[in-house]
Amino acid sequence: MKRLLVAIKRVIDYNVKVRVLPDGSGVVTDGIKLSLNPFDEIALEEALRMKERGLAEEVVVATLAPADAQAQLRTALAMGADRALHVQMDEKPEPLDVARVLLKLVEREQPLAVLLGKQAVDGDNNQTGQMLAALWNRPQATFASKITLDGERAVVEREVDAGTETLEVDLPAVFTTDLRLNEPRYVKLPDIIKAKKKPLETLTLSALGVALQPRLRTLRLEAPPVRGRGRMLKSAAELVSELQHRNLLP
Amino acid sequence: MSAVEILVVAEHNGQQLNPATARAVRCAGSLSDARVTLAVFNAPDPVLQQAALLTGVARVLAIGEVSAEPALAAKLAPQIAALAAPFALLLGPADTFGKDLMPRVAGLLGLPQVSDIMALETPTRFRRPVYAGNAIATVEASSGPVVGTVRTASFQAAASATAPAPIERQPAPAVELPTHTRFVGLSSPAAGNRPDLQSASRVVSGGRGVGSAENFRIVYALADKLKAAVGASRAAVDAGFVSNELQVGQTGKIIAPELYVAVGISGAIQHLTGIRDARTIVAINKDAEAPIFEVADLGLSGDLFQLLPELEQALDDNAKQRGA
Repeated sequence: MKRLLVAIKRVIDYNVKVRVLPDGSGVVTDGIKLSLNPFDEIALEEALRMKERGLAEEVVVATLAPADAQAQLRTALAMGADRALHVQMDEKPEPLDVARVLLKLVEREQPLAVLLGKQAVDGDNNQTGQMLAALWNRPQATFASKITLDGERAVVEREVDAGTETLEVDLPAVFTTDLRLNEPRYVKLPDIIKAKKKPLETLTLSALGVALQPRLRTLRLEAPPVRGRGRMLKSAAELVSELQHRNLLP
Repeated sequence: MSAVEILVVAEHNGQQLNPATARAVRCAGSLSDARVTLAVFNAPDPVLQQAALLTGVARVLAIGEVSAEPALAAKLAPQIAALAAPFALLLGPADTFGKDLMPRVAGLLGLPQVSDIMALETPTRFRRPVYAGNAIATVEASSGPVVGTVRTASFQAAASATAPAPIERQPAPAVELPTHTRFVGLSSPAAGNRPDLQSASRVVSGGRGVGSAENFRIVYALADKLKAAVGASRAAVDAGFVSNELQVGQTGKIIAPELYVAVGISGAIQHLTGIRDARTIVAINKDAEAPIFEVADLGLSGDLFQLLPELEQALDDNAKQRGA
């Protein structure tokens, strides 16, 4: 079956102003809204559109997260994914471990492509997709802003510092998604009800035959230095003389 | 004490060394006992000479034949992995080149990666931003080697050396390179004669408040008066006012100019992440309550289409006075 695997992560909602705990051990999470990583939502939307265009037959979403992250998987199912894989764990796995687990899922599911966000908005690592592609020994097309599947290949436009780069890759491949790839759909109420009946399989690391190998430890978190509020000026002329005073004019 | 061996992967476009490389070299050299090797793949002589003249580089490895085609992560990563053995740290810039490449290297080597390094405390302890810059994490690896990307806005460019480092030419490592990934093309909208956004000392950015692609001319006009690069907020790029490579912020470019002028940008946290290291931030916005004013050093509130022409006029008057 032509299958697409979409990896999703539950994160602190994009709109929440994240605050560091006073003891530096983490960030405030009590009562904080958790959501799908927005980049992963874009990856899921892209997979759904590929299926709707007849380019794939099944969209499978997967996450590595504690038991209560089922809510985010149900959201993904309500968006239109066909089934969900929940690798349950309480640890926060490092990107390399996530890639190792995803590789196990890839071996099981044999997807045509794996889609995931270019980064998660909590750790901002931007690593997992590339690491999976390395472990899988398959192509990667990161920061994708347009993906065209064409039989055994895909043509991908990527947002790079110099502009837009176009790559052609053989399938299967890993795609990581950038902001302008698409605009994810809203979930409708009937779909939320339907999603409750869709298959959601719970897996464990030991059943998959992977052990986490954490190598990085966060010693502490600090709030960033605050840039104080400056001065409001009255006129353009005042701004120019201020810039001159600060030696900032060409 | 033996030196800490660090490999920095250089970025170039076949003609020029990317300025991000000099910043990554500065980061590597910030460890007092570092010995920095700069790996430059498929580069012509002028690029190798630029690389050899960066202060802090002990030697340049010139690897492979000169190639006009941009470097692909799928092909570079196995070559870097083949060179990795002597090094405690493998670094690239945290721009789209390094972000694409370095995790693939880490994956091939089974090594952990630390992204967006803003300080190198030891060869295994780093500081980096998380949560869109809302927190700074100190991260330690239990053992080396470690792969990393350098947050270029956190480091000055390495200065020019008086004597060049030796250039050692090597054939490409004997590893099989995949053919599953092929370069098709690169489209770079012409920036005219404006400075490069990533390395400019002055930047003028426009946001949603500018209103349209057509109206963006006021941003370009001000940028030209200030000899500044042009940037944009995500909202302006999403709305199609300008193209994606101008985006400044968490998921765009992270910059550290001397002067940053935000025009019609409200100041979402994701945007502020990209400009936190600017020396002076000027905000010009219709809404005096916009969050951008909380971080701006200097603010002007009012109609952009009145203020910007006034500003241009004031800059002209000032230039005349100074010229006189």
